[in-house]
Amino acid sequence: MLRFVVRRLITSVLILAVVSAVTFFLFFVVPGDPARLSCGKICTNEKLAEIHHNLGIDRPLVVQYGDYMKGIVVGRDIIETGDKVHCDAPCFGYSFVNHQPVWETFLDRFPATLSLALGAALLFLLGGVSLGLVSAIYRGRAFDKVAIGLSLTGASLQIYFIGIVARAFFVDKLQWLPQPGYTPLTEDPGQWFAGLLLPWIILAFVSAALYARLSRASMIEALQEDFVRTGRARGLSARSIYLKHAGRAAISPVVTVFGLDLAGLLGGAIITESVFSIQGVGRLAITSVFASDLPMIMATVLLAAVVIVTANLIVDIAYALIDPRVRIS
Amino acid sequence: MTAPNMPFLDVRDLEVRFPTDDGVVHAVDGLSFTLQRGKTLGIVGESGSGKTVTGLSLLGLHDPRRTQISGQIWLEGTDLLTLGESELNEMRGEKIAMIFQDPLTALSPFYTIGNQIAEGYRRHAGGSKAAARKRAVDLLGRVGIPQPDRRVDNYPHEFSGGMRQRAMIAMALSNNPSLLVADEPTTALDVTVQAQILDLLADLQSEFNSAIILVTHDLGVISQVADDVLVMYAGRCVEKGDVRALLSRPQMPYTWGLLSSIPRLNSDVDVPLVPVRGAPPSLIDLPSGCPFQPRCDHSWRVAADRCRTERPVLRPSGVPGGGLACHLDEETRNRIVDEDLLPLWEGSRS
Repeated sequence: MLRFVVRRLITSVLILAVVSAVTFFLFFVVPGDPARLSCGKICTNEKLAEIHHNLGIDRPLVVQYGDYMKGIVVGRDIIETGDKVHCDAPCFGYSFVNHQPVWETFLDRFPATLSLALGAALLFLLGGVSLGLVSAIYRGRAFDKVAIGLSLTGASLQIYFIGIVARAFFVDKLQWLPQPGYTPLTEDPGQWFAGLLLPWIILAFVSAALYARLSRASMIEALQEDFVRTGRARGLSARSIYLKHAGRAAISPVVTVFGLDLAGLLGGAIITESVFSIQGVGRLAITSVFASDLPMIMATVLLAAVVIVTANLIVDIAYALIDPRVRIS
Repeated sequence: MTAPNMPFLDVRDLEVRFPTDDGVVHAVDGLSFTLQRGKTLGIVGESGSGKTVTGLSLLGLHDPRRTQISGQIWLEGTDLLTLGESELNEMRGEKIAMIFQDPLTALSPFYTIGNQIAEGYRRHAGGSKAAARKRAVDLLGRVGIPQPDRRVDNYPHEFSGGMRQRAMIAMALSNNPSLLVADEPTTALDVTVQAQILDLLADLQSEFNSAIILVTHDLGVISQVADDVLVMYAGRCVEKGDVRALLSRPQMPYTWGLLSSIPRLNSDVDVPLVPVRGAPPSLIDLPSGCPFQPRCDHSWRVAADRCRTERPVLRPSGVPGGGLACHLDEETRNRIVDEDLLPLWEGSRS
């Protein structure tokens, strides 16, 4: 098991190195001169060259990439608005727009995304999976039919529709819920919870549908496994048959999808954040793109990649924990 | 409890039907047999003849919402078909156990062999986890797994096919069941392992005095271990009786076909195997006459087209405890056996 984890860790680091290199080079292949952005309206060639030099983009790409990676790992010196400053690791450079360290801005935004993602994920995982498992056990009966109908409804809805409708209805009209938004947990836990409640529920409702259907399908398949029949033939309790035996077989596909989903959410739930006015990583990415804030865009893309690769690693480890057959290969 | 003359297991007129969109499947259609403790009944037939369905109904493993079962299954004076699910569940694994065909899929890949044996044992016998683990080690040793105290912590995928089947048997025997249903226990194994497993079953049977129902399509297996044999065709018993008597002088054309299709080690390689021609009938639209008639080479010998119009009933045959469902008269059957079949089979034996 330990060997398996170590091997997967090494692969993950390699993948990240490749992703970072590809991202880096892609950004410098695209047309447009980042120096022009910070050059201002009256831009002379000398000034442009100076900015080029300050940004370090007059050097070969490989050197720039090495420098960038070095900044992330150990920090580096950067010429920012004319002054030489030391940028501590992990250094993703300074924003072209507000001239703040990128990492600080990211750290400022990430808790909102994290709160939104984890809360919603907990809700849709628990809700969706239990709905799916119970539907599979009561397959074809009333409970199953209602659950399928409900999850079909959920799956057909889009956040930007149901989110806006729910906000207008529950917040503006009925005033059951406060205006959604993000308040740091450390500042006011009550506010934090109240502001995120509606986004959690809506995001969970839309996603839980997928989990209900997925776990229902894989549970139905698992219940037809021979070893489930063996369990019945041995007089095992329904609880053991459903949870210990069939449930364990049914959970693997759910874990895969969940890992990727959670990673996607942590990388920035762009639409949800926009609909519910939450200043998270997703909105940061969008505003950076519109402002051509290159260091910011690089950082959001890279960090999203880190999150996704990490999630995949966790999924693989979870797989090996669930299924002993995975550990040997 | 059990009256002295009462059979240990007495199945009477068992019918198992599965309603489907295309019609009702008559998987088992009026099957009756008895079995004493310490004896082995072999149920033989082609795929889809109702063998496995019969085995599963003894444990009540059919989904009641998708199955119609009627008849009686008396086990030591209790009709299993009248029991509720929870009462039946108490008996499963304790009094009646089942061994399945493919031990790779029939064992859970997620838990160690020991964990799986111990779970079923504790379910019925209770006791501590440590005691159940010790029981699992004992059982694995009993069924011939080397180093059982180490192998008990292996997963099924770390066992070979034969060892998995041994583990499956250990699992079925964990609560000393009095009735063991073995559904094709050796089909997934190679022949040398098959012989070991059959020997093991016989040994354990003499030790625990269990009754065994051995479901198989392999008459060779039946002849090695069974006391009685029941030949099933299209959900019905077409011939049954003492295994030696029946296999030495089978009476039913379907049994003849099964015996003629067995490859024999000592026959000439150029003697072709004779398969039973045609395919089993649909169990939804059974012919009104003998279900085997469309594939039978001898129905022309029966007058007035009776084979096509009249279903033969199972009546006593010359074999001890035997039964036969065939319209051919005794004289004709004996003539065919003596003149056509025995020379063919003996010829290949000598």
